[in-house]
Amino acid sequence: MSKDIRLLQGNEACALGAIYAGCDFFGGYPITPSTEVAEEMALMLPKKGGKFIQMEDEIAGIGTILGAAAAGAKAMTATSGPGFSLMMELLGYGCMAEIPCVIVNVQRGGPSTGLPTKGAQADMMQARWGTHGDHPTIALCPSSVEESFKLTVKAFNLAEKFRMPVILLLDEFIGHMREKMQMPAPGELELYTHPQPTVSPAEYTHYGDGSSVGGPYASMGSGYRFNITGLTHDQHGFPTGRSDEIQWKMDRLKDKIEKHRPELLEVDQEFMDDAEIAVFSYGGAARSAQQAIREARARGIKVGLVRPTTIWPFPDQALEEILRKVKTVIVAEISQGQLLGEIQRLNQTHTKVIPVQRYDGEMLTPNEVLNAIVEVTK
Amino acid sequence: MKNRYEIRLSGSGGQGMITAGIILAEAAGVYDGKNVVQSQSYGPEARGGASKAEVIISDKEIFYPKATAIDILLAMTQEAWEKYSSDLNPDAVAIVDSWYVKDLDKPGVISLPLSQKAREEVGLEIIANVIALAAIAQITGVVSREALERSLLSRVPKGTEEKNRQALEIGFRLGKEAKK
Repeated sequence: MSKDIRLLQGNEACALGAIYAGCDFFGGYPITPSTEVAEEMALMLPKKGGKFIQMEDEIAGIGTILGAAAAGAKAMTATSGPGFSLMMELLGYGCMAEIPCVIVNVQRGGPSTGLPTKGAQADMMQARWGTHGDHPTIALCPSSVEESFKLTVKAFNLAEKFRMPVILLLDEFIGHMREKMQMPAPGELELYTHPQPTVSPAEYTHYGDGSSVGGPYASMGSGYRFNITGLTHDQHGFPTGRSDEIQWKMDRLKDKIEKHRPELLEVDQEFMDDAEIAVFSYGGAARSAQQAIREARARGIKVGLVRPTTIWPFPDQALEEILRKVKTVIVAEISQGQLLGEIQRLNQTHTKVIPVQRYDGEMLTPNEVLNAIVEVTK
Repeated sequence: MKNRYEIRLSGSGGQGMITAGIILAEAAGVYDGKNVVQSQSYGPEARGGASKAEVIISDKEIFYPKATAIDILLAMTQEAWEKYSSDLNPDAVAIVDSWYVKDLDKPGVISLPLSQKAREEVGLEIIANVIALAAIAQITGVVSREALERSLLSRVPKGTEEKNRQALEIGFRLGKEAKK
């Protein structure tokens, strides 16, 4: 069979990745620079027997995917900053009620309406803390069209397994960029779908111990009875005010991440074996860093790139080890220091940390990163 | 042939510059087998305003997706020329639309009747972008004629194939005449 090579936008690859992962429901409201995700889903889903629904706003959009997912669908929505802000309340509901779904945020410049057609990486902290209360967060950040496809598939797998909303944090640069990619053949990428309960409905507890990561959970309407609420609840989903049950629920949410960090974290490293300088970057900004470190290497500078594709949970241990190992860390991002703050939190060894930032809607240029690298060696 | 080209297609919103960029990138990437990255910038408005698409074509892996030193520039309007012609390589090929770009501040620019031929010979000014792509292919060799035709015909709406083929031929002809 001949290879299926296509020229695709990051947004189109995201939609195709969703279909590959078995997504059968999309609900949302179009917003630049994420609209192509909805357009592609509107074209593809009906042909696959899935459902696409455009709602009156983003709040309703995320509401439909939570409902669809609770009823057993693999569901996704896509938005950008202003819509992501509107989704925060129900994102928390998804965490509390433990509903698997994928929320794509193609980041544009903010705050507020900001820069509809220009990119940014300034929703990193909103992805983590935008909804209130202690809660688990998984957010993935692609740096290429192909990664956009693959991380969308991964986002669905993690949502199903960890039973929670997973955020795909794209940015306008990668979302709107076109590259060619080879479409993975059916079966080439691993897909995960959560198991259904095998106990009788009388014995079933929707939030029973062992069901939080990789365990079975039932869909609404499948014959298993349970309650869903945003209130802190017991194993059956009914609201509780009991201290022991509250503690149990909150630990359950926390442990999803804390006890499974190794399988969640992915950090790509380039030229790090002998590096004395490490550039920390991710998403669209990493493309400038990749070019810059190659130009610096050509000048004989020992520099490497550290690029997390899982940005939440934050890869503390891997980055701490690198902070201890290298002489200088350069943090390249398209925001006023959201990644930088996390690096500073980890920097117990007081390694020299230099920020390279841009927040005028444009990508960092390779020269901006290269100049910072060269400056370090002087 | 060079092993890396940075190409910028610029004009006014609605002139099909982004479409042209996609067709060019698909031709070079999918049909000629090169590495390609295509990006664009445009304002919040649907029509009007300066618009540009950039395509990088390379034998090697491409990291930074934006153009920094232009090898090939197309400017379909005076505004686009003024806004996007400042970072040309010394040996860059610059092609402008003779109808809309009258005031040139650099020597050696190739001025072609792209929109004029589109109107007079095809009867559709909107197809000037296709004429421009064919002229670029003919003058620079950055993409093969066959790849350009395959990519174009896979992207255009059904029923417009003949007009698009005609536009390609006009572009190839203008390119040949310009090279003489």
